[in-house]
Amino acid sequence: MDWMMIFKAFVIGGAICVIGQILIDKTKLTPARILVAYVTIGTILGGLGIYKYLIDFAGCGATVPLTGFGSLLAKGTISEVQTTGFIGAFTGGIKAAAGGISAAIFFGYIASLVSKPKIKKQ
Amino acid sequence: MKPIQSKEEYQSYVDDKTPNSPILKNCFNAFWVGGLICAIGQIIFELCTSRGIDETNAYTIVSMSLVFASAFLTALNIFNKIGKFAGAGSLIPITGFANSIVSPAMEYKSEGYVMGVGVKMFTVAGPVLVYGISTSIIVGLFYILFNTQSLILV
Repeated sequence: MDWMMIFKAFVIGGAICVIGQILIDKTKLTPARILVAYVTIGTILGGLGIYKYLIDFAGCGATVPLTGFGSLLAKGTISEVQTTGFIGAFTGGIKAAAGGISAAIFFGYIASLVSKPKIKKQ
Repeated sequence: MKPIQSKEEYQSYVDDKTPNSPILKNCFNAFWVGGLICAIGQIIFELCTSRGIDETNAYTIVSMSLVFASAFLTALNIFNKIGKFAGAGSLIPITGFANSIVSPAMEYKSEGYVMGVGVKMFTVAGPVLVYGISTSIIVGLFYILFNTQSLILV
């Protein structure tokens, strides 16, 4: 167990969340817009090859926040472009991120099947 | 009280009435909960790599485990409480993305499995996927044209 890496993941992951919290408190951005902004920024940073230095430094501290999801889309696209060319720009992103997306959709559906719809308390 | 006429008046009225959120406390909670989620992810990652799983798959397993945990806690109605406490701390990690899918899926079950669950699942996740995927395609096209990564790395 690499405790230093876990500590770095804690600090960097926490810091990325604090930026989001400041955006929530100080601006009128809705959570949906913040998530979109994070993914887009992560994809651009991933595409420029900058984000992977953060991943090398902090591991899951960089990949678990949604910016990491974005950088994964970019990384998948670029590696697919390198192997298959033009068509890779359209197939690579989702292929790389498929695990997380499919899991979220599948578990979400299962959760809606098993849960009782709750009546909102006024 | 005089009636509110313009949009600006209404805005200043709202700003006047809404309590100032304690930003330092919010940031502190976001920091340690968000950090903790990432640290748990890193522990799962270390466990995977120590069993000889390669890095790419290990990161996918981390995402899937956290998504599962988030879906599970959302179904038990625990995640909403964490979300209220931690704010961005549970929103920004992939747990927030999972919660944004699971929570409306559960809530709109009464509207049916296709138009309720199937549609409302993507109220937040939809835009995230649209912009994420579109940007990644643009990144790919830019890479073909300009080889962006080598620009940075030289």
